[in-house]
Amino acid sequence: MINWIPGTYCSELLTVSLFRPGMGEFKVHRVRFFNYIPSGIRCVAYNNQSNRLAVSRTDGTVEIYNLSANYFQEKFFPGHESRSTEALCWAEGQRLFSAGLNGEIIEYDLQALNIKYAVDAFGGPIWSMTASPSGSQLLVGCEDGSVKLFQITPEKIEFERNFDRQKSRILSLSWHPSGTHIAAGSIDYISVFDVKSGSAIHKMMVDRQYMGVSKRKCIVWGVAFLSDGTVISVDSAGKVQFWDSATGTLAKSHLIANADVQSIAVAEQEDSFVVGTAEGTVFHFQLVPVASSSTEKQWVRTKPFQHHTHDVRTVAHSPTALISGGTDTHLVIRPLMEKVEVKNYDAALRKITFPHRRLISCSKKRQLLLFQFAHHLELWRLGSTVATGKNGDTLPLSKNAEHLLHLKTKGPENIICSCISPCGSWIACSTASRFFLYRLTYQHDNLSLKRVSKMPAFLRSAVQILFSEDSAKLFVASNQGSLHVGQLLEGRFRHLHTFQPQSGTVEAMCLLAVSPDGDWLAASGTSAGVHVYSVKHLKVFEYSIPGKQYTEWSRTVQKQGFHHLWLQRDTPITHISFHPKRPMHILLHDAYMFCIIDKSLPLPNDKTLLYNPLPPKSESDVVRRRTAHAFKISKIYKPLLFMDLLDEGTLVAVERPLDDIIAQLPPPIKKKKFGT
Amino acid sequence: MATLEEEIALSTVVLGAGPDGLLGVEPTDKADQFLVTDSGRTVVHYKVSDQKPLGSWSVKQGQVITCPAVCSFQTGEYIVVHDNKVLRIWNNEDVNLDKVFKATLSAEVYRIHSIQGTEPVVLFKEGAVRGLEALLEEPQQKIEAVISDEEVIKWTKFFMVSKHPVLIFITEKQQQHGNYFAYVQMFNPCTLSKYTLLLGEEEKTVIKNFTASVDRKFICLMSLSSDGCIYESLIPVYPSDGEKNQKVVRSLLLKTVVSGSAQKSVALTILDQNHVAVLGPPLPASKECLSIWNIKFQTLQTSKELPQGTSGQLWYYGETLFMLHGKYLTVIPYKCEASSLAGALGKLKHSQDPGTHTIPHFVNWETSQGCEPGSQNSEQSKRILRRRKTEVSLQPEVPASTQLLLNIKKDSEKHIEIELRKFLALKQTPDFHTVVGDIVAGLLGRCKEEPSFYPRNCLMQLIQTHMLSYSLCPGLLEIALEKTDVQMLQLCLQQFPDIPESVTCTCLKIFLSIDDDSLREIDINMESVSDYNDTAQDENMEEQTGILQNGFSSEEDNCNSCDPELNQKPQDATQATTSCPVIPQRAALLNAILHSAYSEIFLLPYLKDIPAQHVTLFLQYLYFLYLKCSKNATMTLPGIHPPTLSQIMDWICLLLDANFTVVVMMPEAKRLLMNLYKFVKSQISVYSELNKIEVSFRELQKLNQEKHSRGLYSIEVLHLF
Repeated sequence: MINWIPGTYCSELLTVSLFRPGMGEFKVHRVRFFNYIPSGIRCVAYNNQSNRLAVSRTDGTVEIYNLSANYFQEKFFPGHESRSTEALCWAEGQRLFSAGLNGEIIEYDLQALNIKYAVDAFGGPIWSMTASPSGSQLLVGCEDGSVKLFQITPEKIEFERNFDRQKSRILSLSWHPSGTHIAAGSIDYISVFDVKSGSAIHKMMVDRQYMGVSKRKCIVWGVAFLSDGTVISVDSAGKVQFWDSATGTLAKSHLIANADVQSIAVAEQEDSFVVGTAEGTVFHFQLVPVASSSTEKQWVRTKPFQHHTHDVRTVAHSPTALISGGTDTHLVIRPLMEKVEVKNYDAALRKITFPHRRLISCSKKRQLLLFQFAHHLELWRLGSTVATGKNGDTLPLSKNAEHLLHLKTKGPENIICSCISPCGSWIACSTASRFFLYRLTYQHDNLSLKRVSKMPAFLRSAVQILFSEDSAKLFVASNQGSLHVGQLLEGRFRHLHTFQPQSGTVEAMCLLAVSPDGDWLAASGTSAGVHVYSVKHLKVFEYSIPGKQYTEWSRTVQKQGFHHLWLQRDTPITHISFHPKRPMHILLHDAYMFCIIDKSLPLPNDKTLLYNPLPPKSESDVVRRRTAHAFKISKIYKPLLFMDLLDEGTLVAVERPLDDIIAQLPPPIKKKKFGT
Repeated sequence: MATLEEEIALSTVVLGAGPDGLLGVEPTDKADQFLVTDSGRTVVHYKVSDQKPLGSWSVKQGQVITCPAVCSFQTGEYIVVHDNKVLRIWNNEDVNLDKVFKATLSAEVYRIHSIQGTEPVVLFKEGAVRGLEALLEEPQQKIEAVISDEEVIKWTKFFMVSKHPVLIFITEKQQQHGNYFAYVQMFNPCTLSKYTLLLGEEEKTVIKNFTASVDRKFICLMSLSSDGCIYESLIPVYPSDGEKNQKVVRSLLLKTVVSGSAQKSVALTILDQNHVAVLGPPLPASKECLSIWNIKFQTLQTSKELPQGTSGQLWYYGETLFMLHGKYLTVIPYKCEASSLAGALGKLKHSQDPGTHTIPHFVNWETSQGCEPGSQNSEQSKRILRRRKTEVSLQPEVPASTQLLLNIKKDSEKHIEIELRKFLALKQTPDFHTVVGDIVAGLLGRCKEEPSFYPRNCLMQLIQTHMLSYSLCPGLLEIALEKTDVQMLQLCLQQFPDIPESVTCTCLKIFLSIDDDSLREIDINMESVSDYNDTAQDENMEEQTGILQNGFSSEEDNCNSCDPELNQKPQDATQATTSCPVIPQRAALLNAILHSAYSEIFLLPYLKDIPAQHVTLFLQYLYFLYLKCSKNATMTLPGIHPPTLSQIMDWICLLLDANFTVVVMMPEAKRLLMNLYKFVKSQISVYSELNKIEVSFRELQKLNQEKHSRGLYSIEVLHLF
């Protein structure tokens, strides 16, 4: 997160403000009407090389998480109504492919954050895809029962050939690690293909019986081919089965669920694997010796995890963690304790529900909130009160919050980003192919909206949009790495300048910040460098201005170090802002807390209490002054999606309670508590 | 399936095998080593696996060995007779047979027999039998004639029948071929029974070879006649009183296994209860063959051609067949694995051949191999003490466990018990586990051989070491079942984690069938049974008040209306349910069953064998337990380690599953079934009510949450400190 500090130069300012009463006192607009429902997770794909995780959701969105950087969601590709991804995989090292029910294979451009190309496989909807162990080939399983092999070329993928066509859809695929054979899960059977000839050498029928009752069909949701020739299958009858691919016989069967087992992922060492069921349970299987000091090993179901309420549609196995996701929209990363060396917060369970990008923007002047949904925007006006109260009081509202506007986009594409200007008169938003700018006019209680026409043709798609503090300038980061600057005047948009990316890079800028005077613009791309542009002089600077150095405070922090509890937080900071009137205050928040850092106060050391939720009672002023430290933390609001200062003494906090999300999901498979 | 393995040829260079073949092949105290005596002057000690002789001894020129050398299993010494009357005893270290112990007897010796577990016995040509020790004490003692002058001993064999030695020999009247007599000699008390073998229709045939096996009551004598058929005669081991000259009929067992007109001699030996080995030409013109026949199914299992001819002699010791093939002594290992289901499941029954040396069953993987417990050598006979005192002092001290194992073989129960107590009090060595296993195996082995021997206290003590399991000593439960020792059974059920379902069920049958009076006398561990009857009255009261409190009486249960009989006697029903249907002792035993582990699939078929009365009784008891359980809020029974509710329920279900069709027909079980039905029904309704309550609670919770949640929007005051 980057942001501008108003008046960075006056670092020695105002010890006066320090002891002014009420400096830590706020009226908080607590907003829970942002009716945001994340889409369910459909696929996850783990990349061992870069320690990144690709996650696709049911609306077609693809997100990239950096597991090394505190599981930060660093990239995202917007969804599309007609593009439901059924399979996601990494190939050729860092290239990401997806395939879905529209029958297309898509490659993503991880630099420019757009779709590189889409290739129709001509086999009807694609249900499964997997990259060869060498990474040079892609295999897709289609609705029509065909298994198609594609060669990955540096620029594209090329169809190579079909394998023997099967009679029903191919729902799962797995390569043998040597690349010579593949296993394909279909309905009621598993086929083993010889890659060279493309012919099926075995067809292993899966028992339809389910608890003695013959179900109509048994869907093989997942297969995994191990190097010793074992094929592990998971199916809709709740079974995990081990097959011998050499003979085509069933070796072992585990009935683990009363419902479908929908996903499987095997560790690279093939000593453990993980399966996910429709009951929300994740089971860990490990290859353990039959007896201690015995060389004979067998697969044993070791640990069940119940972190989901709904179907676990997909699982992944990183060297140190089990990763699962499903209909309940949580991405759960469960570290394997035996693989974690240091028992710190890295060993803790992570549950990621909300996107780390910003879905909410705020007009401070008019006290408006703009909410971004997949296909529409909502504009709300905050209420007001005249009452005052003490800590914890809920004040009576003189005016309630008001839903002003519902702005629906046309077309199947999801909204990538949106922003409302600080003055509240402009709204900008963008999809993958269209850019919209609206002018809002207020007449008493009436609101009128007008789309600004005559936008320049190059403004087609934005990764990030930002208005200057005075709402006179619009900054648009396009996905080709360029930054467009436009002037807003009398309801019109005038293109001022375009900062071209440094030669050779096409890196998209996903974070933007502008200085309060509008002269400086900072942008950060996916590779974590920060570019600073002088809007007036149209030049590019790199980092600290004007002294080009870290501030004194920053150096002190570096010297003394942060409080250990602060460093142990496991959620990334999603927003930073500054107090417009009090430059010593930094406001930042993540999903579970927000914090105001008062730079004028001493930094906490490891002995002091970092988080103090209760007001100090009997302590004298002296004690209070002595124990006071720079980090003022509140954990009242969670999960916190957005928090900002509206004015000196007013905060706005947008929460999204998980219960509200769960209430809107389809009911989970009910498990009886009593009886059998 | 019977199989003959690759043959091993032992060189016979040192053997002077005459036209009649060898005098004999006899086992020694080492499993792999044998004494081979040729028809001349030489005895060779072979180690078969190494295919080489370990030693060879000859008598002086002019002397002739007349009886095959044997090895005394008690002393490890070798005994041979030359020139009919001169007995020689020597050891491995001795070089010259001339210089070894010599005893000249007063009568001619036919054979010396030596087998595991007893001293060697000497059979004289005139039918008298002497123990070696007794003979050596007075070598010149007078030997009486037992058989008539006309008779000649044709064949003889020595067995152990449940720890008692039994000698059988067959004689033939010299003048009249075809007249055979069998003599069975028992020791302590010395009895001799004579039987006349009736050959039946085949009067003209000559018996060419005999073999015999023995079970507890009968010696099964098989004879291979000159017509090529094998006949079987059963001779009782223990003589029946009365008749002096008893007759034994023989019956045809296998037809024409060898060519009837074979001029050469043929041989026969029993391999196990189902298999015999026959040596001889199967067809008149064919070469000689070694064939294995299954006598049960009358099938040829396997055969091996021996083209260089044999001497018509066949010996069989511990899975190895010996014969003279051409000039070589040929050894053919023979294996017959019973292709039983148990074998397929890896539970091959470990039956021990009484004739073989007891090797410890349990291998301790923690200590190194090779330290075999002191063999039988340590069992010193008086004579060897006399002769080799220096050697004794050189032998290492016998470990306590080995000593105990030896004691088990012969000592009295009382003595073993004292020794065992001493042993258990000792510090536990790393191989304690295996030693305990060996001890149990030893005790059980003796139990099998001596029906009167039942070291109950010892076994109980051993079980309580927690070192045993069913698979370690399957015989233990077998014996306890045989003796209906319910106390032991209870202990085993409590201690062993791996009792097969069939045995569990057999125990259950015994527990249900044993009568109350005898149960009362037995000291049974009652800790799982709290006094059921005492509390019955109080609980009855409680139940009454409970009904009033809830304002719900069982009369409202619509199930009652369908059973007028029950309605008429509600008092009776409560009576029946509140008193324990079995006495506490039986309850304790049944609880042990309830606690034991089982697999439904394997248990069900055995449960079907329980008589209906017993099923009803057990069901009544289970139902009673269930009632006791359900009177308690935690659904548990009082007492230490009581059966759990799920165990009770599972057994009720199992019993009903197995026996429903029987139980449903029984008038006395009707009320019980009705009660169970009622209970199941009420259980279902309770659960459905619980589910309803759960849903209502969830709704309440939702309402509660809504109340607590501050709505979608609020303005609050926040102070940061």
